[in-house]
Amino acid sequence: MGFFLETLLGGLMVGMLYSLVALGFVLIFKASGVFNFAQGAMVLFAALAMARFAEWIPQWTGIQSLLFANLSAFVLAGALMFVLAWLIERLVLRHLVNQEGATLLMATLGITYFIDGLGQTIFGSNVYKLDIGMPKEPVMAFENVFQGGILINKEDLIAAAIAAALVALLSLFFQKTSTGRALRAVADDHQAAQSIGIPLDRIWFIVWCVAGVAALVAGMIWGSKLGVQFSLTTLALRALPVVILGGLTSVPGAIIGGLIIGVGEKLSEVYLGPYVGGGIEIWFAYVLALVFLLFRPQGLFGEKIIDRV
Amino acid sequence: MLYRENGQFKTSYRADQQILPILQDRIAVFVLLAVAFVAVPMLASDYLMRAILIPFLIFSLAAVGVNILVGYCGQISLGSGAFMAVGAYGAYNFFVRLPGLPLIPALILGGLCAMFFGILFGLPSLRVRGLYLAVATLAAQFFADWMFLRIKWFTLDTPSGSVAVSNLQVFGMPIDSAVSKYLFCLCILAVIALLAKNLVRGAIGREWMAIRDMDVAAAVIGIRPMYAKLSAFAVSSFIIGVAGALWAFIYLGAWEPSAFSVDYSFRLLFMVIIGGLGSIMGSFFGAAFIVILPIALNQFLPLLAGLVGITISTTAVSHAELMIFGGLIVWFLIVEPHGLARLWAVGKQKLRLWPFPH
Repeated sequence: MGFFLETLLGGLMVGMLYSLVALGFVLIFKASGVFNFAQGAMVLFAALAMARFAEWIPQWTGIQSLLFANLSAFVLAGALMFVLAWLIERLVLRHLVNQEGATLLMATLGITYFIDGLGQTIFGSNVYKLDIGMPKEPVMAFENVFQGGILINKEDLIAAAIAAALVALLSLFFQKTSTGRALRAVADDHQAAQSIGIPLDRIWFIVWCVAGVAALVAGMIWGSKLGVQFSLTTLALRALPVVILGGLTSVPGAIIGGLIIGVGEKLSEVYLGPYVGGGIEIWFAYVLALVFLLFRPQGLFGEKIIDRV
Repeated sequence: MLYRENGQFKTSYRADQQILPILQDRIAVFVLLAVAFVAVPMLASDYLMRAILIPFLIFSLAAVGVNILVGYCGQISLGSGAFMAVGAYGAYNFFVRLPGLPLIPALILGGLCAMFFGILFGLPSLRVRGLYLAVATLAAQFFADWMFLRIKWFTLDTPSGSVAVSNLQVFGMPIDSAVSKYLFCLCILAVIALLAKNLVRGAIGREWMAIRDMDVAAAVIGIRPMYAKLSAFAVSSFIIGVAGALWAFIYLGAWEPSAFSVDYSFRLLFMVIIGGLGSIMGSFFGAAFIVILPIALNQFLPLLAGLVGITISTTAVSHAELMIFGGLIVWFLIVEPHGLARLWAVGKQKLRLWPFPH
């Protein structure tokens, strides 16, 4: 029982982190109809920037404070993501308005290659340590509820809390601010939004900035867990089933999808994996998403697809 | 002046509907075939064949397969790498487990394995559409990666799933030199490309295009979506499977599951989109572009840097390569979103009127 709960909790926390990456996909797809494959590359780029700035800033300024280094690195990396968002909007998306989904998808794949190359050219391609001061030692919980209790990683708890805070912040931003309202209007109908005077290009820039910040937070957390390295880009591929499971257009879908995929992945790996040779996590997530899609082709919370001839 | 169809009258439906209705086109294709079959083997160096021509031929074949599914039937697929892997390992298993099985039947059997795998993973296309389907087909990719790494039966219990073939021959002729490999790939490509061209001109190709353009409307006028979509998956994954088997047997010789990573799926999709969706011809252009670009960048970047007076390390070259590759693809999508095939068609139209465009 304790072991089952432990796996379940582990899954939930991993799922929370997946939804951070998935959130980036959903935000951009909602606002511009672009399926942004570059989200994984953006996570790597942001994490690399953060790790390297945190390393360089004490050298530049001579101030040996972890908090100061991390904070200023976060701000600098965030600013860099804004620049990146502006460049992508300016140089790529603006020229590809009204193209087919597949063409836009390919364009973001091109951007992926570009950002991968750029990030490693500027920041180097080794494995970097990113220390944001998260406690590493695990704690025991529920020891008095049943025997043995369960082992929880403090780091995971904090990461999940950060993810939850970011999601709450984003939904506040979407529901309560006027920019958020404009974003939702654009997501609803480009032309109608434009006709009442919402500037599309500014909205797209903002959305890519928000996605960049989501990528930065995701990169920061994953980077401090696993080290900042090239394999972070595969996170995008791990988060894709989350996106289609939850629905491409739904923010809550990304969260709940992330939790389902995280739990499904962990439980299947632990209880099913040993019978078939292990390592089934990654395709099991996809198959799980597919099974859900067979019943709801638009994902759990996606907008219903209406066919018109 | 030279490229005109004036005076070429068609007197039968047969003549009117042939693949190349214009005499000059027929001559051009015969010249091209003659060059490819006779001149290139005599003139090209071993390096050129091994590094550029053979990969180009095999990827053209795979791109034709992907184009049938994505370009003609409109089902975006990111699982092409998996179909290649299934073709390669399928052919390998038949080739090794049935002693005395000739090479060509082994390749075809590998293609058939890929076909069944393709149909299986094409089933979601009946319910799921567009980008959801694109992501769903990634399931095939990761499943295949896992299957050939973890299920030892497929790889004859070799550690890490790496396998090798040797002693290939066709009709008693050994396939070991660069020229023989080139000619073998060329023959298979020519046959399959002709078959594919005829398929997409026929009734089934029209059904695929109807499904692509509007599947509900196609269903209303009596096209069975299930039959059309699954047949597109079947034909496409058969061709991709044969290409995968060729890639493994002829080009690699020895390979492991990571030889067919998700990167291949992306590259194949690039080829189809840069070449032109819904054009067999475009598949060749796209394959040429994507195969030659990295090699050209690899060769020219250090040269170029030397010219400006900087020496760059190999890692910097590989990163710059990534950046230029990505940048060029984006640039290309912006200037010609309909692909190289559209440029070709425009060029041909201009040539028809040349030198008096009015």
